Amino acid sequence: MTVLSADALLEVRGLQTWFPIRSGVLRRVNGAVRAVDGVDLTVYPGETLALVGESGCGKTTVGRTLLRLVEPTGGNIWFGGVNLTRLSRDAFRPYRQKMQIVMQDPGAALDPRLTVRDTIAEGMDAFGLGANAEQRTQRVADLMRRVSLDPELMWRYPHEFSGGQRQRISIARALAVEPVLLICDEATSALDVSIQAQILNLLGELKAERKLTYLFITHDLGVVRYFADRVAVMYLGRIVELGRTERVFAEPAHPYTKALLASIPSLDPERRGVKPMALGDVPSPSRPPSGCHFHPRCAVRLATCSRYDPPVMPLRDGFSRCVLTPDAEASQPDRADIAMATSSKSYSADGTTEPQP
Amino acid sequence: MSTPLLAVENLVLTFPGEGGRVAVVDKVSLAIGRGETLALVGESGCGKSLTALAIMRLLPKPGRIEASSRIEFDGRNLLELSVPEMRSIRGGAIGMIFQEPMTSLNPVTSVGQQVLEAVLLHEKVSRRAARERVIELFQMVGIPDPGARFGAYPHQLSGGLKQRVMIATAMAMRPRLLIADEPTTALDATIRAQILELLRQLSATTGTAVLLITHDFGVVNEIADRVAVMYAGMIVEEGTRRDLLGQPRHPYAQGLLKSIPRPEARGGRLEEIKGVVPRPGRWPPACRFAPRCPSAFDRCRAELPHRTEVSPSQGAWCHLVEYEVHA
Amino acid sequence: MLVVLLLAGSVWLARVVSRDRFWRENASQLWRRRPIALITLALFVGIGLMDSIGWVGGGTPGDDDVAALRSRTLIDRLFQPERITESSYSAPLASVSFYGGQPLTHPGRHLLGTDILGRDVVYRTAKGVRVALLIGGFTSLIVIPIALLFGVSAGYFGKRIDDAVFFLMTVLASVPSLLLLIALVMVMGRGTLQVCVALGITGWVHFCRIARGETLKLREAEFVDAARALGVSDLTIIRRHVLPNIAHLIIITFALSFTGLVLAETILSYLGIGLEGSWGQMIDQARNELSRTPIIWWNLTGASLGLFALVLAVNMIADALRDIIDPRTRREGQ
Repeated sequence: MTVLSADALLEVRGLQTWFPIRSGVLRRVNGAVRAVDGVDLTVYPGETLALVGESGCGKTTVGRTLLRLVEPTGGNIWFGGVNLTRLSRDAFRPYRQKMQIVMQDPGAALDPRLTVRDTIAEGMDAFGLGANAEQRTQRVADLMRRVSLDPELMWRYPHEFSGGQRQRISIARALAVEPVLLICDEATSALDVSIQAQILNLLGELKAERKLTYLFITHDLGVVRYFADRVAVMYLGRIVELGRTERVFAEPAHPYTKALLASIPSLDPERRGVKPMALGDVPSPSRPPSGCHFHPRCAVRLATCSRYDPPVMPLRDGFSRCVLTPDAEASQPDRADIAMATSSKSYSADGTTEPQP
Repeated sequence: MSTPLLAVENLVLTFPGEGGRVAVVDKVSLAIGRGETLALVGESGCGKSLTALAIMRLLPKPGRIEASSRIEFDGRNLLELSVPEMRSIRGGAIGMIFQEPMTSLNPVTSVGQQVLEAVLLHEKVSRRAARERVIELFQMVGIPDPGARFGAYPHQLSGGLKQRVMIATAMAMRPRLLIADEPTTALDATIRAQILELLRQLSATTGTAVLLITHDFGVVNEIADRVAVMYAGMIVEEGTRRDLLGQPRHPYAQGLLKSIPRPEARGGRLEEIKGVVPRPGRWPPACRFAPRCPSAFDRCRAELPHRTEVSPSQGAWCHLVEYEVHA
Repeated sequence: MLVVLLLAGSVWLARVVSRDRFWRENASQLWRRRPIALITLALFVGIGLMDSIGWVGGGTPGDDDVAALRSRTLIDRLFQPERITESSYSAPLASVSFYGGQPLTHPGRHLLGTDILGRDVVYRTAKGVRVALLIGGFTSLIVIPIALLFGVSAGYFGKRIDDAVFFLMTVLASVPSLLLLIALVMVMGRGTLQVCVALGITGWVHFCRIARGETLKLREAEFVDAARALGVSDLTIIRRHVLPNIAHLIIITFALSFTGLVLAETILSYLGIGLEGSWGQMIDQARNELSRTPIIWWNLTGASLGLFALVLAVNMIADALRDIIDPRTRREGQ
């Protein structure tokens, strides 16, 4: 058994979500898409943890698995000390109230046939919040005001709103059940830059007001750098690096992180010349490369990288799954030891997060 | 300055709308010199993609290019050309690549075959010579193992490779102008870097001018020489890359750049531009940005601003800038 | 009794529709596009209703006891067939009978002539309206709930339920529907209910497949995921999110299959196992009549006109419905 941090809100160990590939008339399983292939995470109350990666890395699946919109095929999830993966669907239901999600596509996330009021109130109905319909309507009005929408509009339909407004409706809907953890799954990726700024500001305010914790899933590193306290970098179903945002951006430890950071175009007119550092294309998650998933594209790979799973190398503020991580403390120690050492030592040392201004 | 390769003057595009025809692009003028890369930047709905389509005369049917517009390419007015003449220019002297490489390729033909057809359409060469040219192109755009890749089908290729195929097709006839509409938006970050590098390289080696349509200032900084910012159907500021990214003058351009999350902004609020972009047909009467502009004053609501020259290379359509410059 | 059910069904439908804002806004569109079709349909429904309200009593003097006890509908009372029945055929608006030339009891009043038993063809066409509407309406009343139940469950819950329903659908679809229809009617007998049930059994697969397909699509919709994340139970999700979003499709499919059902009954009548008094029966009788010289065409004409008008009206309305719904959904998606 691994040691869990006492003050963590959410702990994930060895999470696996594999999707079987069926083919043939009899639909036999002959492979699997390893969307999430052994993910370890800890989320502390009040922080914003970003989960970044490119398409196919599994970050969205992690979010959906945490909410059990898709069932994990392996691993454990603890929320406030309770093992969620062991719970039946009914027993899990009350936990849904504590974890909510805001999704990427504001158009698809709202039922076009429901009024805004019914959409926002949906969770309240499900959990019995608010004594009667009128009270719920009142709460909807309050929530709409909070996300800067005119409550008069609550009887309209989603198609009458712009993308940014629809995203606000999604946020209001998630807030209606008073969650503790909010998973933002590419919540700003489909929005124009100026609207994104509005939504990010809103999310920042709400987090401070309601003492929320965010798991912010995105591919936009610029947003991560601005918004997140810690960041976990995912590649092909695994977390390859985890640490405090400033450190990861300043001194990335994993070659993939380095390649990812190197690919961000800068906005400084004096600095130009993005040099691509990752060769070739992202492989398919149904046939990940052996050993370290990144080795075919890695500029500094060794012979052993294709043969063995890379060990978890602890860092001051997290870890990196690369044999070549600097400041590696031991020479190829046993994985289980590292996992225990990492979970009990590294995180709490640095404290959780700085208080929000 | 030598005559520009492409000169668009007073382009007006209209679509049917409430109460007759509605302008979605309103008197846009821009110029691209030979070998130069101009980025046309704006958020969704500003009309930048339609402008690009109009230059190729590929505007979707209910849309119309109004008679007052003029599009001059290499000395000829494109709007006066006959259909076959225009067709030979498209894919010939002017190449175009789109945002979604997934949907731009025919799924039932091999990619090599598709590029081959494009080559044969414009040049009278044997199939063997055309095939060689295609493989050469594949090499030029960095497709590994080009000979083998000739017979590959689109679904066998990744997004990045498909986009390279699109670039190969566009570059096949050694165009003088390449129009790229959000070429990297649908691609992953690491692939995006590769494609941007490729575009920069190609433009440098072949001397092709590029009209780049994008909403991403990072991309602009990477490969553009000059920039034009669009808002609600018109250009509000233009200048060199350094001008726009270093000292933007128009409040919209400033607001846009400030709302991009930067590490320095950590812990605080991002600058917001309040409100939403007005839709065509509902544009404010005078300066279209006035309702959202933090520096708007009376004249802004009464009169549409015209171009103020900030420097020989930079210009802005803004009354405030006009005052600042002439003060 | 059946009619009462149908009426209740349509009243409920009307209430649901009027409450849905989407329909409130678009009903006027429908009226604008296809006024003639709507009027025609309304006319038919009117006639069908009139033919369903009947009571005993008030017969003509001279009826025997059996006749006096028979319930006569409004249509019956309107046309008063007992008075105007001739002995045999007569041409439209003729004053003498077709064979023999004897003077008619009601010369010049039979707009479409009379049939072999001397019954006024217009009267018989009018009586056929009710039968046709019953076939289309009542059968759908059976078919739609069953198809929805199976289709939505299969689409939403997937896996084994889906496999089972799919298997069932495939089996039924592989039996030629006409043969199955005939076999069922032979087994169950020739009543209205039996024919409707038989048509229902052979017809639900089409509906079911559509419902399943749409549900599959909706299951992956992000707003369904959001609802699950909000703790909404599966049944509530189906009721609140799935059903309303497939309702428009069901309505269109219903309108289109309505005509298919009416025509199917026509075929049954042609084979001699259809419903009593239907247009199909009239067409069946016309078989013999057409081979005579001179041709007796008015029986066929009456039935065909009725069939043609009803089928055309319903199809045009369904078409207009699809036009109204599709561009709206496209626009809503922006």
